[in-house]
Amino acid sequence: MSDRPGPLDYSRKLWLRLWLLAVFVFLYAPIVILVLFSFNDSKRNIVWRGFTLDYYVKAWHNAPLIEAFVNTLVIALIATAISTVIGALVALALWRFRFPVKPLFEGAMALPIVIPEICMGVALMAFFARIGWPTQMPWPLSLASITVGHVAFCFPFVAIVVRARMVGFDRSLEEASKDLGASEWQTFRYITLPYMQPGLIAGGLLAMTLSLDDFVITFFTSGPETLTFPVKVYSMVRFGATPEVNAASTLLIVITIVLTVIAMLLQRPDKELQA
Amino acid sequence: MESWRQQPLVFWIFILPGGLWLLLFFMAPLALVWLFSFGERAGVIGIEITGTLANYWEALEPLYLGLFWKSLWIAAIATLATLIVSFPVALAVSFASRQMKPILLLLVILPFWTNLLIRTYAMIAVLRTNGYINYGLEGVWNGVSAATATVGLGALPAFQPLTLLYNNTAVIIGIVYIYLPFMVLPLYATLERLDRSFLEASLDLGAGQWRTFFNVVVPLAKAGIISGIILVFIPALGTFLISDLLGGPDSQLIGNVIERQFKAANNWPLGAAMSFLLMYVTFAVLALRSMFMNRDV
Amino acid sequence: MSNGGRPMVQIEQVSKRFGNVAAVDDVSLNIAANEFFALLGPSGCGKTTLLRMLAGFEQPTGGRILIDGEDMATVPPNRRPVNMVFQSYAVFPHMTVADNVAYGLKVVGVPAGEIGPRVEQALAMVRLEGFGGRRPDQLSGGQRQRVALARALIKRPKVLLLDEPLSALDRKLREEMQLELVRLQQAVGITFVIVTHDQEEALSMADRIAVMDKGKMLQVAPPQELYEAPNCQMVADFIGKMNLVSGRVTGAEGTRLTIETSGLGTFELDRGYVPKGEVGIAIRPEKIQLLRDKPNGELIAWPGKIAQLAYFGDSSNIYVELESGLRIACTRANQSRQDSVAFKVGDPCWVAWQPGDYLLLDS
Repeated sequence: MSDRPGPLDYSRKLWLRLWLLAVFVFLYAPIVILVLFSFNDSKRNIVWRGFTLDYYVKAWHNAPLIEAFVNTLVIALIATAISTVIGALVALALWRFRFPVKPLFEGAMALPIVIPEICMGVALMAFFARIGWPTQMPWPLSLASITVGHVAFCFPFVAIVVRARMVGFDRSLEEASKDLGASEWQTFRYITLPYMQPGLIAGGLLAMTLSLDDFVITFFTSGPETLTFPVKVYSMVRFGATPEVNAASTLLIVITIVLTVIAMLLQRPDKELQA
Repeated sequence: MESWRQQPLVFWIFILPGGLWLLLFFMAPLALVWLFSFGERAGVIGIEITGTLANYWEALEPLYLGLFWKSLWIAAIATLATLIVSFPVALAVSFASRQMKPILLLLVILPFWTNLLIRTYAMIAVLRTNGYINYGLEGVWNGVSAATATVGLGALPAFQPLTLLYNNTAVIIGIVYIYLPFMVLPLYATLERLDRSFLEASLDLGAGQWRTFFNVVVPLAKAGIISGIILVFIPALGTFLISDLLGGPDSQLIGNVIERQFKAANNWPLGAAMSFLLMYVTFAVLALRSMFMNRDV
Repeated sequence: MSNGGRPMVQIEQVSKRFGNVAAVDDVSLNIAANEFFALLGPSGCGKTTLLRMLAGFEQPTGGRILIDGEDMATVPPNRRPVNMVFQSYAVFPHMTVADNVAYGLKVVGVPAGEIGPRVEQALAMVRLEGFGGRRPDQLSGGQRQRVALARALIKRPKVLLLDEPLSALDRKLREEMQLELVRLQQAVGITFVIVTHDQEEALSMADRIAVMDKGKMLQVAPPQELYEAPNCQMVADFIGKMNLVSGRVTGAEGTRLTIETSGLGTFELDRGYVPKGEVGIAIRPEKIQLLRDKPNGELIAWPGKIAQLAYFGDSSNIYVELESGLRIACTRANQSRQDSVAFKVGDPCWVAWQPGDYLLLDS
C-alpha cells in the first residue's frame, strides 16, 4: 500500500506546495533578476548578452555612490550598537521594576513602531531643520541626524526582543548569586548578562536589518548634503534604471547577508554551551 | 517585580538612556510637527505658530480627503490580497516537517533583509512595459502567432505589451511584495501554537477541510490575522516610496502628498496637519484592533 | 445495531511506519459490536497511532481497517462512522458548550429544528443540563471532558474512540469518570475503544484489553485472564506488580517440567506445555503469605527477613530478603489496625504460596 498523506499533512498537499513555490518565485524572482542582470553586458538590461563586471567597475569609480555606500554601512553599525545597549537597558528596567507611569512609558515606546514611518520621518526632518543639520561637522558626526533617527526607531524593537527573552528568566538565580556573596554588578555580569545574550544578539541583528532596510527615515533625515545609499539610488532610479544601480544593489544585498551570517555564527557557540 | 525605589540608581541607569532618547529624538520632533500643524508660513523657511486651524481645514478639502479615502482603499485591498496570499504559506510552513520549518521561515524572511528601495526598484524591472513579464508574454504570443500562421489561420496582430507599471495595480502588487513577511510571520506564530486536535476534532465530527478551515482555523487564528492585518495595513496606508516608484499620475497617496509638502512644495504646516491626521487614523485602527481582540476572548 | 455477528472493527495486519520506525507493526485485531475495548501499553507503544488510524488521521502503511465491514482505506475522517474524544478534549474555545455539541450535526446539514433537542438530550446524557450557554474556559476539566463526550456521542457513531480520556483528571474525578464511562457505554450501546497507559483504568472498565509494546500486539484477553494468566513477561510486568525470577528447564516428563531458578531453588511444574530454554517464574505479591513461623502442608515456603516496608494505608508492601539474596515483594491488606505494625525491618519471617500460584512465562 502506498504511503498516502494523512488529512492534516498540509505540507504534502500538491496545491499547497505549488502555492508555496509560486509565492517564493514572486518573492525571489525580482531580486534574482536584479542580481543576474548586474552582470549582463547590455544597457537595455532585459535580454542576456553575456557576462561582464563592467558595471561593478563603473560603480567602483562612481565616487559619490561609494561614499553613500560606506555611509550607509557606518550608520547601520553605529545605530545597531547604540540601539542594542539602550534597548537592552530599557528592557531590563521594564522587566524588573514597577514605577508610576509605566503603562504610559510602554505606550510611548510602542509609538515609533506603530506610527507610519513617514510621520516619524517628517517629524525628524522638521526637528533637525530647526536645531541645525550636522552637515558642517567632520565625518562621521555628519551622519548624526540619520543615525539618531535610526536609533529612535530601532531601539524599541531591541527592547521588545530582549524583554521577551527575560520573561523566561528565573529571578531566584539572581537571588542565589547574591546569597553566594556576589554584588549587584557581579550578579548582572555573571548571571543576568549571559542569560540575556541570545536576546541581545537577536535584537542587535534586528536593529541592523531595520537600519539597512530603511529608506523612509533616511530619506527625510539625510539633510541637504549627506549622501546615503538609498537616497543616492533613489535619485539614480528616478533618472532611469541602469545596470550600475543593479551592481550597487547587489553589493548591498551581499553585505547584508554576510553581516547577518556573521551575527548568526556569533550566536552559535552560545547554543552549544547551553546544549 | 520590585518597586523602582528599592534600587533607584539601577533603575535610572536602566531607564534614562532610552527614555531621554525617546523624549528628545522622537517625542520632541513629533511635538514640533504638531505645533507646526497650527502654524502659518512666514517667509521662505520660517513658520509662525498662530494656533490656526486653517491647515486642518485645507487637509480636509475634497481633493485631499479623496486622497485619504483612496489611500485607505488601496491599503485595504493590498492588505486583503496579502492575507490571501500569505495564509496558505503560513499554513504550509507551520505544518512542515521539523527540518523544513526553519528553512522555509528563513526563505520568507530573507527578502526583508534587502533594502526597501532595492526591492521596489527590482519590481520596476519586472513590471515595466519592456520588463520581464511583458517579455515573457511576448514570447508566448509570438509562439502562438507563429503556430497559427503555420496552420493557415494567419498570424496574430503584433503583441501589445500590457501596462503593468505606473498604475494602482502596480502599487498594490508592490505592497503585497514588500510586506508579505509581515503577514506570514504573525499568522505562522498563531498557527504554530494552534492545537492540532481542534482541527482533527472538526474533521472527526464530519466537517470537511474547507468547513474546518473557516469554522475552526480562522476563528482560532484570529489574533494572528488581526496582527498581520495591522502590520501590513499601517505601513501600506503611509507608504510613499512604493506609490512614488510604481504608481502612475493617479496613484498619488497621502504619503506622497505629505512628502511633497515637506520637500518640493515646502508647505510644512499643511504637511504637518496631514501627517497628524494620518496618525489619528492609525490610532483609530489600533483602537479597532484592541476592540476586536477583547471581544469574545 | 445488528450486524450478523460480524466484528465492528477489523484490523488486518496493519502497520504504520514513520521513516524506519514501525509505530504499529503488523497488528491484527477484531473488536466486537458493543464491546468496551481497551488498548493498553506504555507511552510510545503505538496504541495512540492505532487509534488515530481508526479515526483516519493517519494512513496505515500496510494492511487494512474495516469498520462495520467497510474498508476505510479511502474514507477521510469526516466520512467515517467513528468519533473521537481527544486527550486534550479539543473543545472549541471560540464556541459555547451548545455550539460545540451541535457542531457535528450542523456541518453535515442536520436541520436546525432537530439540532436543539438533540443537543439538550446529549447534554443531559453527560449530566450537563443547563451548561449549553457557557464557554469552555468557564468549565472544569471534568466538565470539558463531558462536553467532548456529548459532542462525539451526539453523532451516534458506530465506534467511539477515546484517547487517554482520563489522564488529565485528578485521581478522585478519574475514578468517578471510569464508572460514568461504563454506565454511558451500557446506556448507548456503542462500541468503545479506549487508549490508556493506566492498567487499573483498563482493568476496571474494559470487556477486553489488548496490551501493546513497541508496535506489537502482545496479548488480547479479558481483564481477569490478562491478570491471572499473562502470556509473556512484558504483560506480566506491565499489568499489576509481579515478583519475577528467571529459570531454566532442566528436565521434562511430558509437560511436567523440572525448573531450576536463581533464588527459589529447583521445583517441578506442569502448565500443559513445554517452553524452550530460558523461562520466567512469576508470583503476584498479593498471593504471597507472610508468616512468623514455617507453615505446614502444601504451601511452598522460604525463610527470610524483612528488608523494607512501604505503608499505603489500606495495604502495605513488604519486601522480604530470602537467604538466597532474592528479594520478594508481598502485599498485605491491613485488615486490622495492628496489621501495619506487625512486622518491623529486620524481623525474621517466612514467605509462602500455593504451588498453583506460580506463573510460567516465556522469556
